[in-house]
Amino acid sequence: MSAPPEGRGLLIRGGRLCDPARGRDEVADLYLSDGKIALESAPAGTPVLEVGGLLISPGFIDLHVHLREPGFEDKETIATGTQAAARGGFTTVCCMPNTEPPTDSRAAVEFILRRAATHGAIRVLPIGCITKGRRGHELAEMGELAAAGVVGFSDDGSPVADSRLMRQAMEYSRAFGLPVIDHCQDPALSQGGVVNEGAVSSRLGLVGMPAAAEEVMVARDIALAELTGACLHLAHLSAASSVEHLRRAKALGLPVTAEVTPHHLALTEGRVMGVLGPLPHKLGPLPASAYDTNAKVNPPLRTERDRQALLAALRAGLIDAIATDHAPHTLVDKECEFDDAAFGISGLETAAGVLLTLVDKGELELTTVIAALTAGPARLLGRPDLGALRAGAAADLVLIDPRAEWAVEPAQFASKGHNTPLAGARLRGKVLATIYGGHIAYLDPALEMKGAPLA
Amino acid sequence: MTAPSLTRRHVLDLDDFSAGEILHILDTADAMKEVLAREVPRVPALRGRTVVTAFYEASTRTRVSFELAARALSADCVNLNVALSSTTKGESLLNTVRTLRALGADVIVMRHSQAGAPYLVARYLNICMINAGDGAHAHPTQALLDLYTMRERLGRVERLKVAIIGDIRHSRVARSNLWGLAALGAQVALCGPATLLPRGPELELLPTVALTTHLEEALEGAEVVMPLRLQLERQQSGLLPSLREYRELYQIDGARLARAHPRALVLHPGPMNEGVEISTEVAHGAQSAIESQVTNGVAVRMALLYLYGHGEVSDVRAP
Repeated sequence: MSAPPEGRGLLIRGGRLCDPARGRDEVADLYLSDGKIALESAPAGTPVLEVGGLLISPGFIDLHVHLREPGFEDKETIATGTQAAARGGFTTVCCMPNTEPPTDSRAAVEFILRRAATHGAIRVLPIGCITKGRRGHELAEMGELAAAGVVGFSDDGSPVADSRLMRQAMEYSRAFGLPVIDHCQDPALSQGGVVNEGAVSSRLGLVGMPAAAEEVMVARDIALAELTGACLHLAHLSAASSVEHLRRAKALGLPVTAEVTPHHLALTEGRVMGVLGPLPHKLGPLPASAYDTNAKVNPPLRTERDRQALLAALRAGLIDAIATDHAPHTLVDKECEFDDAAFGISGLETAAGVLLTLVDKGELELTTVIAALTAGPARLLGRPDLGALRAGAAADLVLIDPRAEWAVEPAQFASKGHNTPLAGARLRGKVLATIYGGHIAYLDPALEMKGAPLA
Repeated sequence: MTAPSLTRRHVLDLDDFSAGEILHILDTADAMKEVLAREVPRVPALRGRTVVTAFYEASTRTRVSFELAARALSADCVNLNVALSSTTKGESLLNTVRTLRALGADVIVMRHSQAGAPYLVARYLNICMINAGDGAHAHPTQALLDLYTMRERLGRVERLKVAIIGDIRHSRVARSNLWGLAALGAQVALCGPATLLPRGPELELLPTVALTTHLEEALEGAEVVMPLRLQLERQQSGLLPSLREYRELYQIDGARLARAHPRALVLHPGPMNEGVEISTEVAHGAQSAIESQVTNGVAVRMALLYLYGHGEVSDVRAP
């Protein structure tokens, strides 16, 4: 990390400030001083960064990443994962507890916070387990986890199958005011599944996971949220049918929130077959790139109908946040038979590009995307100090060139996980700099070469 | 007739074969069958080439069929004993195949329990890959020998009414047959209990077929009747109430076969559960071509090895 613009601060001039939390979207100057967003206007002599034509957003918040440390440092570490996040424009990430050991104790939480403080490029907020060891049998010590600093509870990757235990988890969690985050998937219905169930699974002879496996758990969890009054957050929704349950829950005024990933917004199950874009009505020979394990993700990429429903739900404000579900893996985890390959996409460094490309194509509004990356997750975390460009708040922000075109090159990722189905894809919209607490967490070489005073 | 694709590197499924190419293989298999009928059934076509059979899933008939085919073409044939090999020491599939290639293998014949495994190898390694069955996905050489047997016995495949009966959902044989039969213009009906049939939307990316749970419907006028092996674990996993009920509803016996075309041919990809999906009288009856299928299998595999197993090749698929 570079030094902060010591003493004299920094005036960021001429950018388009998009700050949905405060309902602002205008060309304005931004003065940073002492690592904070300053109230007063910049004194004469303040270094100036001209950013005409660029977009300035509050730093992105990702509710759902896998940093893999401790236990799977070959896939990712807190250092590399947060560097990847900074490159993606994120200044806050919430890390899932499926590490080894899992984040089910004060010691595990403190380890993450300590590593993040010494090695992290940005803010890391740990999520604790719902059950001990993520085994789904006994509640984790939620009180201790809350005191240690977790921001929610989840057994992500291993849905809590036992409905009675889930009810108790929700009841118990209320005392701490933290959400229970569920990876909604009926384990029996999705057993053995590796892709979405449907035309593609049948064509490839792979076991499918029906959308109904997600839907029934979403419905169950919403019923339990109603029963217990607990805050429920639905992780990475993938199915159109789930959205209908979410709509009903929100209409009832239940404390239910939801997130969606960039890959479920942009891609469909055809990717697994090596087909880019919509599926043809009839497919002839399988492309050479069929059985692309980099498109194997849980929940699976689904149909165009599902994708459209997720886009519509995001536009309608039903979905509160976009989260990457960044799931880095090694080459060995992915360069193998499809059933054996690990689930997951390394998503932090492509998220902004994927989403801004959707904006460029007219599928989403820019403010919808920025809100779902900033104000939405901040509200969910109960952190009004994050996700907004408020005077006096930490200077967490991201500079974006919404028109810059670039090709995804996994070999250039800061993340150890090069696993992305987007290798080679051309995206429109690029993060040029990420400022975290007034420090440069990431600076694109293009901006550096312009002689920016940041570095 | 179209000439066969000279650029073909692999036999992964029949979805990328034209009618012309399939017919060329069948014609070549005719010639191979003549070779097999000779006193010394051997030609020097693949002398000096090495064929490795790598069966990651138990199989006797397909492996032996390929080995006999390779030997009849004078190739060196090596069987990788997977149970004793480095895979049990944790070596990846790609590394095993890299090693085999370095040891001089020209053709890999692979059977694998996971769908797509041959595509993985074909995508990364410059070696001729013949798919001998991958999970529930494809079994192109079985489909070709089925087509060969149909043509041999009935004179054509075009416009034949073919009924495939049983566990379609999990069947690589059915899937590959769909492509081959569609290419040659046959009409296919798939029949079985609803839990073993593809669900409607799942057929969207496969050739057009009729789908029914009623056996009588599928058999009506069928010129080829192909019951599939019913794996006993289907009952254990709850897809069927009992083998007894399956037998009662779907077994091909004499009375049911009488509903099909009078000269209907009975095929079975094997191994058979005699008394479950097929009655003994039908399995060994006058209309059964099940034993011919086995013999024809060697000829068809010789044709494939001959056509694709000795070309010098350079079109490596990029990793």
